[in-house]
Amino acid sequence: MKKRSLLVLVVLSFLFAACAPAAPATLTVMTHSSFAVSEDVIKTFETQNNVKVSFVQGGDAGETLNKAILAKDAPLADVLFGVDNTFLSRALSAEIFEPYAAPELEDVPDEFKLDASHQATPIDFGDVCINYDKKYFSTNQLALPNSLESLTKPEYKNLLVVENPTTSSVGLAFLLATRAHFGEDYLQYWQQLKENGVTVVDGWETAYYTNFSGSSGRGPQPLVVSYASSPAAEVIFAETPLDDAPTASILDPDTCFRQIEFAGILKGTPNQKLAEKFISFLLSAEFQNDMPLQMFVYPLNPKAVLPEAFVKYSQIPAQPAELTPEEISANRDNWLEAWTKAMQ
Amino acid sequence: MYLGKRVNRLMVRKRSARLPIPRFGLWLFPLLFLLAFFFYPLSKILRLTFDADVFTAPENLQIAYRVTLFTFYQAGLSTLLTFFLGIPASILFSRFNFFGKPFLRALTAIPFMLPTVVVAAAFNSALSILDLQLAPLTLILLAHVFYNTTIVVRMVGGALASLDPKLEQAARSLGANSLRVWREVTFPLLRPALVAAILLVFLFDFTSFGVILLLGGGKLATLEVEIYLRVLKLPNLPLAAWLALLQLIFTLLISFLYSKINAKITTQTAPRFATARPPQTFREKIFVAAFALLLAAFFIAPLLSLPIRSFARLEADRGDRAEVRVGLTADYYKELFVNRRGSLFYVPPVQAAINSLSIAAATVLFSLTLGFPVALALSRPTRLEKILDPLIMLPLGASAVMLGLGLIVAYGRALASPIFIPIAHTLIALPFVVRALQPAIAAIPERLRQAATVLGASPFRVWQTIDLPILRRAVLTAATFAFTISLGEFGATLLLSRPELPTIPVAIARFLAQPGGLNYGQAMALSTILMALTILCILFIEKDNHA
Repeated sequence: MKKRSLLVLVVLSFLFAACAPAAPATLTVMTHSSFAVSEDVIKTFETQNNVKVSFVQGGDAGETLNKAILAKDAPLADVLFGVDNTFLSRALSAEIFEPYAAPELEDVPDEFKLDASHQATPIDFGDVCINYDKKYFSTNQLALPNSLESLTKPEYKNLLVVENPTTSSVGLAFLLATRAHFGEDYLQYWQQLKENGVTVVDGWETAYYTNFSGSSGRGPQPLVVSYASSPAAEVIFAETPLDDAPTASILDPDTCFRQIEFAGILKGTPNQKLAEKFISFLLSAEFQNDMPLQMFVYPLNPKAVLPEAFVKYSQIPAQPAELTPEEISANRDNWLEAWTKAMQ
Repeated sequence: MYLGKRVNRLMVRKRSARLPIPRFGLWLFPLLFLLAFFFYPLSKILRLTFDADVFTAPENLQIAYRVTLFTFYQAGLSTLLTFFLGIPASILFSRFNFFGKPFLRALTAIPFMLPTVVVAAAFNSALSILDLQLAPLTLILLAHVFYNTTIVVRMVGGALASLDPKLEQAARSLGANSLRVWREVTFPLLRPALVAAILLVFLFDFTSFGVILLLGGGKLATLEVEIYLRVLKLPNLPLAAWLALLQLIFTLLISFLYSKINAKITTQTAPRFATARPPQTFREKIFVAAFALLLAAFFIAPLLSLPIRSFARLEADRGDRAEVRVGLTADYYKELFVNRRGSLFYVPPVQAAINSLSIAAATVLFSLTLGFPVALALSRPTRLEKILDPLIMLPLGASAVMLGLGLIVAYGRALASPIFIPIAHTLIALPFVVRALQPAIAAIPERLRQAATVLGASPFRVWQTIDLPILRRAVLTAATFAFTISLGEFGATLLLSRPELPTIPVAIARFLAQPGGLNYGQAMALSTILMALTILCILFIEKDNHA
């Protein structure tokens, strides 16, 4: 009997949780599942504005956006965080955002302001780059690849693992880098990569932890498509303090692709004013200082201070490959279909 | 032949349509539940995305043909292989007692609830130790067997364990050899549970998603994988809707086929619970030893890498991995209790375990409450049940991706409420619960009920004193399924999640989303905790149930 009453209690508490009316001042923020923030930082915003911020997550960046678009008649949240430049045009053409020009945008460098209509506000950026296992290259006395072309050389045969661009946003970023660099010939390049034994896996987790030899998963491949900030994370999350990162990024021109993340106010929100304040808050020094160690991305607010590990182990590529959001949006599905056919 | 007919004449009774509760009452809540959380959201999303033009476009037909073919191919092969391992395993567990049996039995259920990412990592590390390179399809088949053997063990093994041994003994004393006993007595009596298990395993493989995506490297696509890609990655909603409809129709056909096969016979037999004994003859000893070792190797080898890795320090010093330090450490476990970065979404492992267990408990409660009346009605079918029976199976075969979207469109913000997690789990657990209970209910001898009624027992009293004790084992099987389905977070990732309330699988995924030895170690530590928790819970649920 005791067990049964416990169960009843559990169910009742769920029911109450479900039926309880939402507190009047709750701001709901929808994010992708990589979003993270410090407790103190959100507390500050909550006390300053007398509001409770509640988060819902909708999967990875693409999944979250697609869910938000499907539900646009009855929006799932007040603010959406985490639309990147590869998806920006889709978000804009679906007209899910309310325009808002945050005053904080003034300090943001122009290269990040991709939406002149101010529906989507840039918040952070990160570079997708090839990471390498330092030890593998030093023990085998192998020179590092220094361009996309060099990855097709025989000395790098079977050494590279990439993510499938249809299922992974990191993989998509790398595909876009190759498209930007090779133009129409990108499929031939992929054909060469395939002949040189590139491994394609479903997502970043598998690529990094199962296949990459530089991670704790100790897989077979010493080259992986990851982020420029991953080596810094390896140091910060090392189990024994490290003096140096076990991995590093290849930063040569056109080998990286820059992801810029945006946030926007979802149309139909009853909390427009609060939502505006939240967008501004995302660009404030307080939030921007917190981002690097929570999400391993770079701040856009010039006043934000980078943590030491970022300065030491994470580098910004001087010349990442570039494509405009319009180009990406107009062609992404075709590129993906063509890539899928070519790699079968 | 004579013997078989005789057994059938003795044991098979025409099914009576009498039930202690009116049929309407039995169906009311389960149907309302399905209507609200399955049919309504699904119809809503299909209406929103459906476009008749895509039906006939040749390139779409080509995609549909290719994907359907692969779906059936891999599901058929997986099911076959699962029974290849599962049937001897069922005999092993139901007929023999041996050292470590409850543990080994619990072990077979572990894969069912570990996150796919973790199982894939475990598989890969086991394969790299063995230095084996397997084709993606082989890996997928292996993973399906790994996941679903527990269904056969629990359903067929459960039925086998509750067969009346007197029937087999009688056949044997009448001169039948063991093959004949199996063919003419055991197999016919086992058939309902066997067919139900085939259905469930097949449907599970049929709608397989995470395993295919992860081990197939995104190159192999089942219907469900293709739907996922067309909905959330390469948006082509009309095509996705069409594929989802196709999948629904196939599920319906498969379920119809099942009820047709199953309608032919029901065997009523008073169950006995003490049929297992230590192996006696030399041949039995060899079978038990060899097969138990094989099962242990198949299930322990991949899983073992998780606890080992959770205690092993493999980090190099000074960033150079030339000198890898190997040693034992409890650091990962300690680290689980520290919110080092002051993160808003940090949840202590105990809280994550409580979240997981509360949701699992609610799922067990929901699915048993809704599933029992359905199983009861289905066990004494009228024309109504013939129509409703396949509907119950639909949530298992319908596209979880489309359903997830449908729920989002239908319920909007309310979907972020924690109540939807056990509801989503219940949708998947319900078919299992019904299929686990139904053969057992149908097998209750009508003559016992009639005797009790003649002696003046009320319908409720009959149910309480006859049905319930006989059904104990089946109820426990059903509860185990609901519990493990919930702990494994089936399909819930397709909804909206509340980061403040993570379950253990969600917390594991979060660690694996960032680089660093500490993150990897903590993911392994949490996976180990999940495994230990699962083994304990299953041992507890089944503690009197493995005689």
